[in-house]
Amino acid sequence: MTTKAAAEFEPRLIGFLCNWCSYAGADLAGTSRMKYPANLRSIRVMCSGRVDPVFILEALQKGIDGVLVAGCHPGDCHYQSGNYKTNRRIKLLQKLLEELGIDPRRVRFEYISASEGQKFAQVVTEFVRDIKELGPNPLIQKKE
Amino acid sequence: MTAEKHSSSKERKKLQVALYWAASCGGCEIAMLDLDEHLLDVTAAADIVFWPVAVDTKYKDVEAWKDHSIDVCLFNGAIRTSENEHVAKLLRQKSKIMIAFGACAVSGGIPGLANLSNRQGVFETAYLDNPSTENPHKSVPTTQAKVNEGTLSLPEFYDTVKSLDQVVDVDYYLPGCPPPPWLISDAFQAILSGSLPPKGSVLAPLKSVCDECKYKLSEKKITSLKRIYELDHIEEKCFLEQNVLCLGPATRAGCRGRCMEANMPCTGCGGLLPNARDQGASMISALASILGIDDEEKMTPEQVNALIEQVRDVVGSFYKYTLPVSIIKRKVMK
Repeated sequence: MTTKAAAEFEPRLIGFLCNWCSYAGADLAGTSRMKYPANLRSIRVMCSGRVDPVFILEALQKGIDGVLVAGCHPGDCHYQSGNYKTNRRIKLLQKLLEELGIDPRRVRFEYISASEGQKFAQVVTEFVRDIKELGPNPLIQKKE
Repeated sequence: MTAEKHSSSKERKKLQVALYWAASCGGCEIAMLDLDEHLLDVTAAADIVFWPVAVDTKYKDVEAWKDHSIDVCLFNGAIRTSENEHVAKLLRQKSKIMIAFGACAVSGGIPGLANLSNRQGVFETAYLDNPSTENPHKSVPTTQAKVNEGTLSLPEFYDTVKSLDQVVDVDYYLPGCPPPPWLISDAFQAILSGSLPPKGSVLAPLKSVCDECKYKLSEKKITSLKRIYELDHIEEKCFLEQNVLCLGPATRAGCRGRCMEANMPCTGCGGLLPNARDQGASMISALASILGIDDEEKMTPEQVNALIEQVRDVVGSFYKYTLPVSIIKRKVMK
């Protein structure tokens, strides 16, 4: 992608944020008036463990450029172990995406606690930058 | 069992049955013979009017028949050439009931794994870049070829393999690679007695393979992944608990656990579970939930990566029979 096209491309991203940590972290980023790009649409889920790989695959198939899944730090999961399972699930899913010719960096898993508004803003900023580098979702390009 | 009888029969008509093979291996035809003595019940109640492997009826004969003159069409094989697609549409037009027969017709099957490549890639492997192939003129199939005697034609080979229902309207699905004889028998019984379920149903149980498996999952945890040959001996317990990848939890039942009876783990030919959208996603979820669950809170990121790296060939293992009907459907080609 040329630098000009990269500058014009505004990725559409989805974030699945867990109710107990990451959504509160995103809230803190907002109430603290931290600045981060507006490309991410947040969806609150009760636990990052609730995020079925189907959600991520369907989002990509429908043209979303990147999916962020954020959950509690290791040891902090409200339901004991949902975040560990999601961590493994996302890694396995990334392997699948790679085999299907989709850059695994389009899916990102992060631990963000309720007090980490700063980290949330930073993760979103980085993610938007990375996806801008990767360019639009290839599944959509193909349809055109 | 001939085409003439189909057109002349005036007495109470037997069930008119057509069978076809598209992109498939022929195993589904053998599955019909696996009905054993029940095959006699089927032929007593049904006339087989079209079956390229066994009955000499031509495409033009079928084209001449009236629409809906075939009562039931059992269509096996995926759609990968223009001929497959043409015959699928022809048989749909001529048949009252269209049944996708076997994993390939239901969900693309093993030919569907060609969606990891495209026509060019498949041709290169099959005809050019292959140590056992001698092809000095580097010729690959083309739809038209001029020879001294005239022009020869071949069906077009598609880039993407499709399931039957991605090409025509399908009434029922009979999964399995191939469908086991008892499911075929049950389907015929249901057709003959007029007790077919609602259109779109899968003619198999609503359970997973684990429900029918002779082994029961008790601990629900695995520590590593092994190939079956790496086991010293096979124990009388769930394959997953023996650290062998088994697709039972993500696969529809109906097979009565035949593979596990023969000491082989499930590879997923029964296809998607009821209400599942993507077989691979189901298995990713299931496997990630039980792989490395012991001491998961103590694991370093490197240890988790090493655990996941043990899964080789995610598409080949988790989408062996369902890639064309998965959410992403095929590899994104550069």
